[in-house]
Amino acid sequence: MTTDEGYMTADGRKIGGVLMEMKNITLRFGGVKAITDISFDIREGEIRAIIGPNGAGKSSMLNVISGFYVPQEGEVWFRGKKRAPMKPYEVARQGIARTFQNIALFEGMSVLDNIMTGRLTLMQAGLASQALWWGAAQREETAHREKVEKIIDFLEIQHIRKTPVGRLPYGLKKRVELARALAAEPKLLLLDEPMAGMNVEEKEDMCRFILDVNDEFGTTIALIEHDMGVVMDLSDRVVVMDYGKKIGDGPPEEVRANPEVIRAYLGVEHA
Amino acid sequence: MAATDELISIPALLARNVRLYGARPAWREKEFGIWQSWTWAEGAAEIRAIAQGFLALGLNRGDHVAVIGRNRPSLYWSMVAAQMCGAVPVPLYQDAVAEEMAYVLDHCGARFVVCGDQEQVDKVIEVQEQIHHIEQVIYVDKRGMRKYDHSRMNALADVAAEGKAGHFRFDADLDARIAELDYDSTCVMLYTSGTTGKPKGVVLSNRNIIETSKNSSGFDKLRPGDDVLAYLPMAWVGDFIFSVGQAMWTGFCVNCPESAATMMTDLREIGPTYFFAPPRVFEGQLTQVMIRMEDAGRFKKRIFDHYMAVARRVGPAILDGQPVGLGDRLAYWIGDKLVYGPLKNTLGFSRVRVGYTAGEAIGPEIFDFYRSLGINLKQLYGQTEASVFITQQPDGQVRSDTVGVPSPGVEVKIAENGEVFYRSPGTFMSYYKNPESTASTKDAEGWVATGDAGFFEEKSGHLRIIDRAKDVGKMADGSLFAPKYVENKLKFYPNILEAVVFGNGRDRCTAFINIDLTAVGNWAERNNIAYSSYQELAGHPRVYEAIKAHVEEVNRAVAEDPMLSGCQVHRFCILHKELDADDGEMTRTRKVRRNIIEQKYADLIAGLYDGSDSVHTETEVTYEDGRKGAIRATVKMMDAATVAPAQRRAA
Repeated sequence: MTTDEGYMTADGRKIGGVLMEMKNITLRFGGVKAITDISFDIREGEIRAIIGPNGAGKSSMLNVISGFYVPQEGEVWFRGKKRAPMKPYEVARQGIARTFQNIALFEGMSVLDNIMTGRLTLMQAGLASQALWWGAAQREETAHREKVEKIIDFLEIQHIRKTPVGRLPYGLKKRVELARALAAEPKLLLLDEPMAGMNVEEKEDMCRFILDVNDEFGTTIALIEHDMGVVMDLSDRVVVMDYGKKIGDGPPEEVRANPEVIRAYLGVEHA
Repeated sequence: MAATDELISIPALLARNVRLYGARPAWREKEFGIWQSWTWAEGAAEIRAIAQGFLALGLNRGDHVAVIGRNRPSLYWSMVAAQMCGAVPVPLYQDAVAEEMAYVLDHCGARFVVCGDQEQVDKVIEVQEQIHHIEQVIYVDKRGMRKYDHSRMNALADVAAEGKAGHFRFDADLDARIAELDYDSTCVMLYTSGTTGKPKGVVLSNRNIIETSKNSSGFDKLRPGDDVLAYLPMAWVGDFIFSVGQAMWTGFCVNCPESAATMMTDLREIGPTYFFAPPRVFEGQLTQVMIRMEDAGRFKKRIFDHYMAVARRVGPAILDGQPVGLGDRLAYWIGDKLVYGPLKNTLGFSRVRVGYTAGEAIGPEIFDFYRSLGINLKQLYGQTEASVFITQQPDGQVRSDTVGVPSPGVEVKIAENGEVFYRSPGTFMSYYKNPESTASTKDAEGWVATGDAGFFEEKSGHLRIIDRAKDVGKMADGSLFAPKYVENKLKFYPNILEAVVFGNGRDRCTAFINIDLTAVGNWAERNNIAYSSYQELAGHPRVYEAIKAHVEEVNRAVAEDPMLSGCQVHRFCILHKELDADDGEMTRTRKVRRNIIEQKYADLIAGLYDGSDSVHTETEVTYEDGRKGAIRATVKMMDAATVAPAQRRAA
């Protein structure tokens, strides 16, 4: 049962208190209402999915969570504080990292360098030291490299460590993007359609990695996904959106049985 | 230095190495992008801690400890730790599916299983539904293991930590158990890959392993400071001899790659001095080099072609220390600076002093290519029951078509039917729980039947292997049928990955061909041939033309040998899928399982003999996760021209 302190999942993981809360969010682009009065929360240690048909407003929602869009109405609370409009780097420093639906990596750089960029916000050394790569900057890079190597090991991409990203197949690029997001050591990881365009085997691998990330690092994960099978297997709680409105919220089995959700996905039954 | 007669077990050798070479690196593993290393002293401390941890968990004398995973120092340590406790390590093939593993785990009755990672643990848990004697599962990599029921499961690091913490309790017991080990106690049990029937557990004693290691290390003058790359399956006897036996005997360093996918990079970084690979690794590397040279600029390509011609002409002679003219030596020296040196460096062979290949026949061009670069690549012939070595090639007497002279301490004889027998200090004790097979393989005087047919060449005294003795058959007209002989000739073409020849008891020979996707795919790309799948490429008319040309060339070569000229391939087809160990068509060591293929593709074989142009077939396949599916295809049959045998042509 969900309480303020959290709840236990079916597989015995303990979910903590509220990490992020959306309160009555409404987002408009000119006259178009992308999101209408949506509220939900994301709890510590949880895998939270946002699903819905095409154009339901899922990606807009994720952009609100990541702070990229600022809603006209409503409040975003993160770690018990109301969040003011922020620059992307401020979001990153707050401990939120994301991957993109259309991969956004540096194609000409190696996998290793791409992942290292994920640690940018954690680097402390001054400009002069960085430029000369001396003293603090050098020590710091060694420490960061170690973290990055752990992630490379974790995601099993040792064999492409030095390969330019542009030469990799799609499934591996997705994994590199996940690695880069993880390198920022986020509290909250946002995944925008992590399985889009993947074959069955790649999807299975990705599921495994998402579960392992959640399990191993205790990272809270919010993801958007089209593949219903994946969502139902993976997530602890699901928000269902349709035409910018929330039509369901709860554990997967409850959402699956929700008549509103069935209608949105399968259409209305005409007796 | 300790007297040789004290060195009667692997733990004893370990103790000696700590005394002699304590501060030298003994194991390395690439992890987190860096080569981590352990000296003999550090490794020995780890091994002792693991052994004490095993005692804390209640490991008994005589228990079998199964070890499953990729080559990692901690798994090698676990094997030696098990030996210290008086138990017997049983390494298993890590890519075996759960049901294959179930047979071996059931047969050896292991109470303890050491797994590399979660994947292996999952398989063991699946197996535990059928067999119930497994009491402790120990894993190395902690990843993903947190949620498992740990009532009978431990991380290896925790086992070692517990052993270390409680060492006062276990020191006396452990030392007593190490002292009990003698030359005839079991060192290791290794399962044969099961080319025919169920795998058999080959029991090898300390004497087998240590005598063999001593003799073979001496033969090739291995020494401390040598480096090997441990990347071949731990369940294979060769890996046990190279990475445990010889490493312990001579005190050289065993290097473990980061993962299977990084093996080639790791090979280049380590630059081993002693290297073993099955022919397909050398073939794969050569194919890669050739593909890359095809894409190189014209200038580079001309330099490469010119100096490779020089190397082919004089390289092997220089390697064998034969007299070579000054001009040729100079040309070879320049070639070494421009081509061979950089190429060897790219391949990771700059430091190789002794290289071996075995398991299958290697193509003469491939063999000569490496030798002409100045890499001392040699062949050996062996099997699990012999602790590897039966024959091997001495330096300076290396040829692609023989397997060398009997190894030191090994006697070899040829039976009347052509089967090769041997007797050696490495000859196995017995097959575990299988006295009938032991008796039928090893006679009272210790002679072991290899199951291979071969003969000694009169001139050189080298052994030549023709085929598996049981595969050698008769054609309908009584002439000799040696499928492997023809298959090997076919496989020497880069386009052909596998070939299976049929014809026993029939009037003509036919063949199945598997194309090599890398080589044929690259050829297709260069010739603007579009294809969307393996199946489509395999069925492409121009691929058929190319393969037909190869088959006919082989027929001409086979016809030159009057004894074997009946084995020419009259008709062939290109299979629509790769033969795969997961489908049971090959063994884990990639040897063709003839009977299974004959049953499974009976419709295609019938098509090859009844003259039909094509056969529509459906084949069951097993995916990596164990699920099954089916591939449907229409497979074309094609005739190949044959040549009349030499003596008849003369008539």
